[in-house]
Amino acid sequence: MDDQRRQEYWRKNVRLMAVLLSIWALVSFGAGIIFVEPLNEITMAGFPLGFWFSQQGSILVFVALIAVYVWRMDKLDAEFGVEEVEQEVHHS
Amino acid sequence: MSAIQTWTLIFAILTFSVYIYIAYASRVSDTAGFYVAGGGIPAPANGAAIAADWMSAASFISLAGIVGLAYNGYAGGVFLMGWTGGYVLLALLLAPYLRKFGKYTLPDFVGDRYNETARLVAVLAAIVVSFVYVAGQMAGVGLVFQRFLNVGTTTGVIIGMAIVFFYAVLGGMKGITWTQVAQYSVLIVAYLIPAVAVSAKVTGVPLPQIGFGKILEELNGLQADFGLAEYSGAFTQISMPNMVLITAALMFGTAGLPHVIVRFYTAKSVRAARYSALWAIFFIALLYTTAPSVAAFTKLQIMKDLNGTTLADAPGWFNTWSDVGLITTASGAPVSELGSSSFGYTDVMINNDIIVLASPEIGGLPAPIVGLVAAGALAAALSTASGLLLVISSSVANDVYYKKINPQASESQQLMVGRIAMACAILVAGYLGINPPGFVAQVVALAFGLAAASFFPILVLGIFWKKATAAGAAAGMITGLTVTMAYMIWTIDIYGNSAGIWDIPETGFGTIGMLINFAVTIVVSQFTRKPSPQMQDLVEEIRYPGRSKLVAAHQEGEL
Repeated sequence: MDDQRRQEYWRKNVRLMAVLLSIWALVSFGAGIIFVEPLNEITMAGFPLGFWFSQQGSILVFVALIAVYVWRMDKLDAEFGVEEVEQEVHHS
Repeated sequence: MSAIQTWTLIFAILTFSVYIYIAYASRVSDTAGFYVAGGGIPAPANGAAIAADWMSAASFISLAGIVGLAYNGYAGGVFLMGWTGGYVLLALLLAPYLRKFGKYTLPDFVGDRYNETARLVAVLAAIVVSFVYVAGQMAGVGLVFQRFLNVGTTTGVIIGMAIVFFYAVLGGMKGITWTQVAQYSVLIVAYLIPAVAVSAKVTGVPLPQIGFGKILEELNGLQADFGLAEYSGAFTQISMPNMVLITAALMFGTAGLPHVIVRFYTAKSVRAARYSALWAIFFIALLYTTAPSVAAFTKLQIMKDLNGTTLADAPGWFNTWSDVGLITTASGAPVSELGSSSFGYTDVMINNDIIVLASPEIGGLPAPIVGLVAAGALAAALSTASGLLLVISSSVANDVYYKKINPQASESQQLMVGRIAMACAILVAGYLGINPPGFVAQVVALAFGLAAASFFPILVLGIFWKKATAAGAAAGMITGLTVTMAYMIWTIDIYGNSAGIWDIPETGFGTIGMLINFAVTIVVSQFTRKPSPQMQDLVEEIRYPGRSKLVAAHQEGEL
C-alpha cells in the first residue's frame, strides 16, 4: 500500500471504531444507567426496558458490536487487498 | 458418603484426569510454546480459553448471588455490564494492535514501546495484580472441596496446587490453553443445565433469558411484601454517578488486566486476534446473561419457600446449607435459634454462593447435577489460577531474567527459569489460598480499579499516539496507581473515612485514577524527549495490516 491508501485505510478504521464505541457507551452508560428511569416506564416481554438493558441487553449488544467490528474489518482488509492468509507466526 | 459427595468425587476425578491427559499431550519444549503457545491457537479455542481464564470461581459461584441477593437486582448490573463491556474496548482498541506488535507479555510491550523503567513498573504492577487475584482462586478451590467433599480447605488447596503444577509447569501456555478449552466446556455445561431446569420449573420457559421476564412482576411483588425495594427499580442501592464510576472501573480494568491481554498474543494472526475477542465475548455472554436470570428465579423460589415457614417444615435445601453455616439467622447465629417460631426470607441471612450451589436442588435436580456444578466451580477456579500463574512466571522469566539479568540465556535456560518461577508462584499462591489475608476478598474487586488506573491509559496512548513518551507513561502509571491505591487504603473502614470524597466508593475510584493517568501521561509527554523516529514509525506500522519489514525486524528482536 502507498501512503495515501494507508491513510485511507486508517481513517476508515478509526471511523468504524468511533461509531461502535459510541453505541457501546450509549447502551451501557446511557440506556443501562443514565436513562434507566424513563426507559423503565416501557415494559417489554415482562422487562422494564432500562432494567433489561442493564442486565441483558447491553451484553447482547456488546457481542453484536464485536461481531460487526470483525465483519467490517474483514471487508475493509478485502477492499484494500490486504486479507491475511494464515501466515507463519514469528516470535522473538 | 452422601450421593452428592460420591457424584462430586466422580466428576472431580473424571475432569481432573482429562486436564492431566491434555497437559501431557500438549507439553512444550521451547519458550514460544511456554509463553504464548507458539502463537498458534485457532480463534474459537483461544476464545474459549480467554473465557475460562476470565471467569473465575467468583463469576461461577458468586456472581448470581451478588446480583440477586447482595445488590438486589438492578445494582448488580455494574458487574454484568462492567465485566463484559471491557471486551469491546479490548477488541477494538488493544487486541489487534498488541498482536501486531508481537512479543510475549504486557511488560514487553511497555518496555519496547517506552523504556526499561516503564517495563519495570509494568512488571511490578502485573505481578501484584496477578498475585492478588490468584490467591482468591486458590481459596476458591479449597472452598469447593470443603463444601462438597468435606475435606479440609488445606487439603483442597494442596490438591488444586498439584493439578495446576502438573499442567502449567509441563505445558506452559500451550498446556494451559488447551486445558482451559476443556475447562470452559465443563463450566458452561455445569452452569447451563441447572439454569435451564430451574427456568423450566419456575417459569415454564426453558430459556432462562426469556423466563426471566415472566417472573419479574411476581418477584417485585414478593419483594414488596417483605418490605424490600423493587428488584428492577433503579438506584435503590447505588446512586447514578457511582453506578457509572464502578461500571467504568470494571470495564477499563478488564481491558488492562495482564492475564487477559497476553491471550491475544497466542492468536495465530491479527485477524485471529479479532476473532478471538469475538468468540471470547460470545462464550462469556452465555454465562453472563444466564447469571442474572438464575439470580431472579432462585431468589423468587427462596422467597416463596421461606414465607412463614418453620424449621420443622423447611425445604431440603435449607437444611443442607444451614448445616454448613451458609444460612444463618439475620444476626449471624445458627438457624436452630429460630426454634419453633415461623420465619420468612428477611429473618435469615443467605450466603451469596447459595444461589448457584443450591439451584440444582431448588430446581429439583438429582445428585449427579450437583456434582457437575462442583466440577464446574473447580474448573472455573483452576483455569483462572493457571492463567494468572503464567503471567507471573513469564514476567519473571522473560521480563526480568532474560531481559535484565542474563540476556545471553539459551532457550532451555529461559524455559527452566520459567518453570522454576511457575513452581514458586504456585507455592506462594497456595500459601495465600490457605492463609488468605483478611482483606483478599475486598482486594480482588480492587484489582480492576488498579489495572484501569495503571495499564489502560498507557496502552491506548502507546498505540494511538505516536508522541507518548517513556517519561510520560512512567509518570502516568505511577501517579494513577499511587492515587488509586492511596484512596482505597484511605477509605478502608478502619480509618473511619469509609464515605471517601463525595461518596465515591473505592471500587469506582479506579475510573478517576485512570483519568488522572491519562492527564499526567499527556502533559508530561509534551515536555519530555519524544520517542525515536524508528519507534514512531513502528507505532505507525502496527496500524496497517500485513507484515512490513519494520514490524518483522522488531518481532525478530533486531531493533
